Amino acid sequence: MPTRLSATRLAARLAAKELGVREVAQAHLDRIATLDATLGAFLTVDPDETMRWADAAQAKIDAGEAGPLTGVPIAIKDNLCTAGVRTTCASRILESHVPIYDATVVRRLREAGCVMVGKTNLDEFAMGTSTENSAFQVTRNPWDFDRSPGGSSGGSAAAVAAEMAPLALGSDTGGSIRQPASLCGIVGFKPTYGRCSRYGLVAFGSSLDQIGPFARTVEDAALLAEAITGHDRRDSTSANHPAIATQALKSGTLRGARLGVLKETLGESTDPRVTQGVERALDALRAEGADVHEVSIPSIGYGVTTYYIIAPAEASSNLARFDGVRYGLRVEGKGHIGMMEATRAAGFGHEVKARIMIGTYALSAGYYDAFYLRAQQVRALMRRDLEAAFQDFDLLVSPTSPVPAFKIGELTSDPLALKMLDYCTIPANMGGFPALSLNCGFADGLPIGLHLMGPVLGDERLLQLAYCVERALPDATGRPPLP
Amino acid sequence: MPEYVASVGMEVHAELMTRSKMFCRCPVAFGGEPNTRVCPVCLGMPGTLPVPNRRAIEMVLRTALALDCTIAMRSVFHRKNYFYPDLPKGYQVSQYGETNPLGYAGKLEIPASGGGYKRVGIRRVHLEEDTGKLMHLPAGGSGVDFNRAGVPLMEIVTDFPPDITTPDEAKEYLAQLRQILVYLEVCDGKMEEGSMRCEPNISIRPEGSETYGTKTELKNLNSFRSVQLGVQFEVRRQTAVLDHGQRVVQETRGWDENREASFPMRVKEAENDYRYFPDPDLVPMVFDEAYLESLRATLPELPLAKSRRYQEVMGLSAYDAGLLVADRDWAAYFESAVELGGDAKTVCNWMNGDYARYLNESGNTVGSGNVQPKQLVELTKLIEDGTISGKIAKDVFAEMFRTGHDPRTIVQSKGATQISDAGAIGEIVARVVGANPDVVAKYKSGQTSVAGFLIGRVMAESKGRANPQLVRDLVAKALDE
Repeated sequence: MPTRLSATRLAARLAAKELGVREVAQAHLDRIATLDATLGAFLTVDPDETMRWADAAQAKIDAGEAGPLTGVPIAIKDNLCTAGVRTTCASRILESHVPIYDATVVRRLREAGCVMVGKTNLDEFAMGTSTENSAFQVTRNPWDFDRSPGGSSGGSAAAVAAEMAPLALGSDTGGSIRQPASLCGIVGFKPTYGRCSRYGLVAFGSSLDQIGPFARTVEDAALLAEAITGHDRRDSTSANHPAIATQALKSGTLRGARLGVLKETLGESTDPRVTQGVERALDALRAEGADVHEVSIPSIGYGVTTYYIIAPAEASSNLARFDGVRYGLRVEGKGHIGMMEATRAAGFGHEVKARIMIGTYALSAGYYDAFYLRAQQVRALMRRDLEAAFQDFDLLVSPTSPVPAFKIGELTSDPLALKMLDYCTIPANMGGFPALSLNCGFADGLPIGLHLMGPVLGDERLLQLAYCVERALPDATGRPPLP
Repeated sequence: MPEYVASVGMEVHAELMTRSKMFCRCPVAFGGEPNTRVCPVCLGMPGTLPVPNRRAIEMVLRTALALDCTIAMRSVFHRKNYFYPDLPKGYQVSQYGETNPLGYAGKLEIPASGGGYKRVGIRRVHLEEDTGKLMHLPAGGSGVDFNRAGVPLMEIVTDFPPDITTPDEAKEYLAQLRQILVYLEVCDGKMEEGSMRCEPNISIRPEGSETYGTKTELKNLNSFRSVQLGVQFEVRRQTAVLDHGQRVVQETRGWDENREASFPMRVKEAENDYRYFPDPDLVPMVFDEAYLESLRATLPELPLAKSRRYQEVMGLSAYDAGLLVADRDWAAYFESAVELGGDAKTVCNWMNGDYARYLNESGNTVGSGNVQPKQLVELTKLIEDGTISGKIAKDVFAEMFRTGHDPRTIVQSKGATQISDAGAIGEIVARVVGANPDVVAKYKSGQTSVAGFLIGRVMAESKGRANPQLVRDLVAKALDE
């Protein structure tokens, strides 16, 4: 069954012409047709469009120009612009918006010969940690349909975990790739800020946003990272650095690797089953020769608070363009400003409005210094502390999420608890550090994610060690209970 | 009634003459079909990002240097957040803060009314992007043209408290600033096309008072004249308001060109909260001394410095010098003529006289004109060495302007050279004297002024070619015989 194969295996068999690209694409479309009515991972599936991508990929293979991912299906989070294909951000305000251009990462996927199978669900404008804030549908966790896949890239995570695509793209502002990867038992990787162009990613928190891969293996994630990263002149914040290299991916070792376990992430607010899972994994890594030590960085305790000032502040400005004038929803009102008010009132969901309000407040005259400026100062402090820690450690290790997948609706009445779920993942966004989540065990049948964070531009080394960790934890992977 | 003093602050927006817009590759041009110079970036489509135009940054830095500003060695772009249909992103990329703008704490000198110069302090020179244009459609409703959206815009603001105190100074400031921008080739200075826009704010206070009055801001001024008239009108209006015991309302007023009067546009309520913050999509601009030095090296001699040099070194009047430096090409023409050996004063007279008049009449500019500096100098030499008379030279110049031919060629083909042969002129003099016995009689009776009539007759008979000095001498000699 081609849907069970990793991207690497699929690409090899496609290149060898043991499989055809259309055949592989169709198998994934069929699986989506079977499962997605239940899972709700996809917002848009257009088989004709998919087959156009498939034919382009097949032509590459036939011309002998196949690359490492040519012909491999991929799901794309619906906040990444795809020319000619609806890009909604799971918001009413963009319900019928069809971009006229491809995001840089999407263009690179086309060049690599990937095959888009659909656009995936998310929390509206990527604001959330459960994918429950989508204006259109709820996405369910393939491991337990009553539970959330996490968020905001819950659709992409569920799609990959449920084998509806071997690869997916997500975006990560405070953990939106890594947390759903953790809750769905797969690999999610956020590269160093700037390594992946943000051009075409509908902005949420511009100084924090980063696009990254979902996959079922570290190797697949690394190959996808290689395909989408590298300098882009359309993004001024893009690092002047080549794409993430994968040739040395398998030549690393845990022997002597210095792993710092973040003390603050294994306290009493972390589910004991998660703590146990992580500690078991650490034992396995020690057995492989890793040098594991506890490290305390108290300033990461301010991460969530700081994040919930900076991200909404940037969002309040980034989302100002949705005014009904040029694209998207328009609701008539009295005069121009009345039209804008009516459009935004009808177009944005509750969580988005709340964050716009918070961000607007944080940037207001008289509050700017106390909130936004102070938050940036704390952020700089946190980044400095983490950078200092990377003098002593190759990686900083923690759980990805303090809890395994929670029930849908379970935390909607407790927004603070929901926001604390980002506790372990936010520091990487604050400092621009690369970070990855991979499965390290199970708690009552639910996946537990291990979070690895590396120094800025240390993406290659991080992936190399993650590959070793994956090998050291052979029992950590599994298939969700699906047909 | 107390006497009032006016204070005028000047806020000028200049569209930069870059080929492409501030943050995308769309071309910059005037007019055209609406929304034909737009792309996803300047339309603020979801997901798009800005990439700054290096040339625009360089132009603002050069302007800031020319205005003696301090340069911010590290400068960031901010977002100015507000909602309006012509603002694609819901924020304008601009620059905020006292010491963050590319240039701050500069000055511009303007000729003072009583002679000498006056220093006008510049508070900031910063870079931002222009908005689109909201238009009312003939069929009803409104539309937005985004061709202008994202065009690089430089904002130049004068100091507070303002140095400018009269309508004339306001106009002079603007004229000097425009000249500098045109000299630097950063803005075409076309106020009528809106590529240079001026919004003065005006307040008055009783003479001797330390506190500044409530100010009003004027919009829609699209010429130097309207700036001068507008400021003048506001000063008079505010004076009348105060004299009637009323208070000036803080507001933005429009200028009605036809009525030559201002009218209220909107009252300024509480200060708008633009929620400025550093744009996270753009990295800070960082400059070093070497780079600034390389820019400084590209600065041309500025008009005021030129004018001073023309007066002090070349002995021209302030008026003449002012005319010459008003246009960069015009001044360059003058300098090249002087360099070719022309006498400064003579060249200047020709330029500001006949040449300027012909250019004006024909609607040509000096760049498109037919007369080369070398040719003008040649003409002045022909007068100087007596080959032609000054009067003939005027006709020759007219011909040069029309045909582009060299003066020597024209003079030869017309046989227009000056007659300096005493014998030939003597014959004409004898003829004229013989034909006018009554005039001669008047002269003999002591009415010596009638000699002028005879001189005029001789010149006419020679078709103006006779050497005037020689004619005068010979007529006097004939009469005194």
